[in-house]
Amino acid sequence: MEKARPLWSNSLQFVFACISYSVGLGNVWRFPYLCQLYGGGSFLVPYIIMLIVEGMPLLYLELAVGQRMRQGSIGAWRTISPYLSGVGISSVVVSFFLSMYYNVINAWGFWYLFHSFQDPLPWSVCPLNGNRTGYDEECEKASSTQYFWYRKTLNISPSIQENGSVQWEPALCLILAWLMVYLCILRGTESTGKVVYFTASLPYCVLLIYLVRGLTLHGATNGLAYMFTPKMEQLANPRAWINAATQIFFSLGLGFGTLIAFASYNEPSNNCQKHAIIVSLINSFTSIFASIVTFSIYGFKATFNYEDCLNKVILLLTNSFDLEDGFLTVSNLEQVKDYLESTYPSKYSKVFPQIENCSLESELNTAVQGTGLAFIVYSEAIKNMEVSQLWSVLYFFMLLMLGMGSMLGNTAAILTPLTDSKLISRHLPKEAISGLVCLSSCAIGMVFTTEAGNYWFDIFNDYAATLSLLLIVLVETVAVCYLYGLRRFESDLASMTGRTLNWYWKAMWAGVSPLLIISLFVFYLSDYILTGTLQYQAWDASQGQLVSKNYPTHALAVIGLLVASSIMWIPLMALGTFIMRCLRRGGTAPMA
Amino acid sequence: MLWLLFFLVTAIHAELCQPDAENAFKVRLSIKTALGDKAYAWDTNEEYLFKAMVAFSMRKVPNRETTEISHVLLCNVTQRVSFWFVVTDPSKNHTLPAVEVQSAIRMNRNRINNAFSLDDQTLEFLKIPSTLKPHTDASVPIWIIIFGVIFCVVVVAIMLLILSGIRQRRRKNKGPSEVDDTEDKCENTITIENGIPCDPLDVKGGHINDAFMTEDERLTPL
Repeated sequence: MEKARPLWSNSLQFVFACISYSVGLGNVWRFPYLCQLYGGGSFLVPYIIMLIVEGMPLLYLELAVGQRMRQGSIGAWRTISPYLSGVGISSVVVSFFLSMYYNVINAWGFWYLFHSFQDPLPWSVCPLNGNRTGYDEECEKASSTQYFWYRKTLNISPSIQENGSVQWEPALCLILAWLMVYLCILRGTESTGKVVYFTASLPYCVLLIYLVRGLTLHGATNGLAYMFTPKMEQLANPRAWINAATQIFFSLGLGFGTLIAFASYNEPSNNCQKHAIIVSLINSFTSIFASIVTFSIYGFKATFNYEDCLNKVILLLTNSFDLEDGFLTVSNLEQVKDYLESTYPSKYSKVFPQIENCSLESELNTAVQGTGLAFIVYSEAIKNMEVSQLWSVLYFFMLLMLGMGSMLGNTAAILTPLTDSKLISRHLPKEAISGLVCLSSCAIGMVFTTEAGNYWFDIFNDYAATLSLLLIVLVETVAVCYLYGLRRFESDLASMTGRTLNWYWKAMWAGVSPLLIISLFVFYLSDYILTGTLQYQAWDASQGQLVSKNYPTHALAVIGLLVASSIMWIPLMALGTFIMRCLRRGGTAPMA
Repeated sequence: MLWLLFFLVTAIHAELCQPDAENAFKVRLSIKTALGDKAYAWDTNEEYLFKAMVAFSMRKVPNRETTEISHVLLCNVTQRVSFWFVVTDPSKNHTLPAVEVQSAIRMNRNRINNAFSLDDQTLEFLKIPSTLKPHTDASVPIWIIIFGVIFCVVVVAIMLLILSGIRQRRRKNKGPSEVDDTEDKCENTITIENGIPCDPLDVKGGHINDAFMTEDERLTPL
C-alpha cells in the first residue's frame, strides 16, 4: 500500500531545514579565514557579487527541481532525462562520503563539550612530567591547547603511514554522534521538521551572546579593526574572486541532493523563489556575523598573547640585570632597553638573542581555518575568559548544533532517494534503512578515530566533495536549461507556483552560472596539476609544531578513488541507459 | 690579634658565600609582583627571617639538627631582590653539600613560601626545582559520567520512537485492510505522462473545475 508523500508541517519548517543545513561549520571557520586572507572588508565585495550571480540562482534551481519533481535526487534527475540518473547517484555518493567524515567533527565537539565541565579546563594546563618538576615536554614546546587537541583528543601519529589503533574515547563520541543523528532522522520529515527548529535557531542565540561578550573583551577592537580595514588591492587578486565563488558554492551546500530532497517534501505551490533568496541571504549574513564574533575573539587572543610576550621580555631583562622588581613596565620598556644596551653592552648582547620581538600584527596575522580554528584558537581564547566553563559549554554546544543541522541535511540527501525507491522501501521500513545507513557510516568512520585518523579526515575534507560537486552542479544546470528545456521548465514552474519566472533567473541559469562553474572547475584542475605532489601537515611531537610532508602513494590512490568514484556514475549511467535503449529498440524492431 | 682573627673569619665567610661558589644557591624574590600595594621592603630583618627558615629546613635533615642561624650566609643582595646563600657546617669552614640543601629546601618549600607570603613563582630558588602540584584526578573522569547520561537518554529516546513506530504500523495494518481499494492505490501513485508527473498539476494553486466529479464522490459511501 502506497503512502502519500510526507510533507513539511508548514513552510517555516522547510526554511528552517534549509537554513540549518546550509549554515554550518564553514560559516564559522572558513569565511573569517578567507576574509582575513583576502583583504578584510574588501572581500565582502566579491562575496556579495558572487552571492547574487551564482549562489541565489543555483539555490533556486535546486529547490525548484526538487519541488517540481517531488522525488529525491536520483528520481528527480531520472525524470528530467533518463540519461541523467547518474547525476543523482553521484550526489548520493558524495553525500555518503561527506556524512562519513563530517560526523567526526560532531564527535570532537561532544568530546570538548563533555570536557568543559571541569575546573580548570583541561586544555588550559599542561600535565606534569614524570618526576613532577616541570611540565610535559611536548606540551611545553607547543601550547596547552595544541597539546590537548593533538595528544589528548586525537593522539595523532607522526605521519599518515603509521595507522595506530582505534582510540576508544573518540570512537565512543562518534557512536554517540551517530545515535544522535539517527534519533533526529528516525521518523523522516516528521522528526527532522521539529529538530530543525532548534538546530537552526539556537546557534544564533549563542552567536549573539558571544557577540556581546566578544565585543566587550579587552583587545577585541584590535581584531575588528584589523579585519575590517579594507585592503583594496586584494580586489585585483583573482584568487580572492575564485575563493569568494567557491565559498558561496560550498557554503550553500549545492549539489549534494539535500536541497532537492528537502524541496521534494514541499507543497507544489510553495514559493521557492522567495525561500531561495531568504536562505541564501541568511547564510551570507550568518557568515559575516560569525566573522565579527571570530575577529573580536582573535583580537582578544592576539592582545593577550602580545601582552604575555611583553611581560616575558620584561621578566627576562629584570632577571638578567637584577633591576628592581616592578621598575620595568610596558611604557618604559624601549627606553630602558636602550639604556641597558649602552651601559652594559657585553651583557646585553648575551641576553639579546633571547629577547622576542613582540608584535601585535604578527599575532593577528596567524590566520587559521578549519578544525584548527574551532578547536585550538577558540579554546585558547576561551580559557582566558572569566567563567571559562560557561563560555566553553556554550561554544561547543553551538558547534554541535551547527554540525548536527548539516548532518541532518546530508543524511536526508542519502535517505530520500533510498526511501523513494520502491525496490528498497518494499522490503525495509524507513527506520531500518536509516539505521543501516547510520551504522555503515559509523563503522567506516572509525577509520577517522585511529591515530592517523586526522590525516585521513583532511584527505576527505579537501578532496571528497570539491571537484565532484562542481561537475555535478554544472551538469545539473546544463541539463535543466538545455536537455529538459528552459522554456519547458519555466512553464512547469508557472503552472506549479502560479508565478512567472523572472528574466534574471533565466539569464543566470542559461549563461552566467555555468560559465562561472566551468571557470572554477578549470582553475581547480590546473591548480591540482600544477602543484605536483600533494602535501599535508603532520604533527611533529618532538618539535611541537606542524611540518609538511608528501602524501604516500596509497593516500594519493585513495584521493583519486574518491574523486573518480563519485564522478564516474554520470557517464556510466548515461552510457548504460543508452545501451539499454539501443538493445530495446533493436529487440522491438523486428516485432514492429 | 682579635681584630686579625675577625678579619680572617669574615674573609673566609666572604669566600664561602660568593656568586657561583660551590654549594651556593641564588634566590630571587618578586615581592611587588606578588603583593602589589601590600609589598614589604626587603631589609636586614627579612634577611634574618630567611636565614631562620633555611636553618629550620636544615634542622629537619637527619644529622643536621644542630644547624644555627649563624651558619647561613647571605651575600650579593641586589635591588631585584636577589641574593646568594650558603649553609656552612658547625665549624664554619666548609659549606654543606648542595644535594642536602636542595632536598631540605624542597621538603619545606611550602613553609618558606608562606613565611614570606609568596609562592613558587615569586620566591624562586634557582637550580632547586619545585615539586609541582599534580591534578587531583577523580577516580571516574567527569566526561565519562556526562557521556554516559546523554548516551542513555538518546538510546531510550530511540527505543521509544522505534516502538511507537512499530505500534503505529501494526494499528494501520489492522485498520485499513478492510477498506483496501485498488482505486485508492491508483490515487497515490505518481502517474507519469510524457515524462511529466501528473500530480503537481493537481488541485493546489489551480482552479477546481466544479463540473468534474472528485474521486471521493465517485465511490458510493457506505
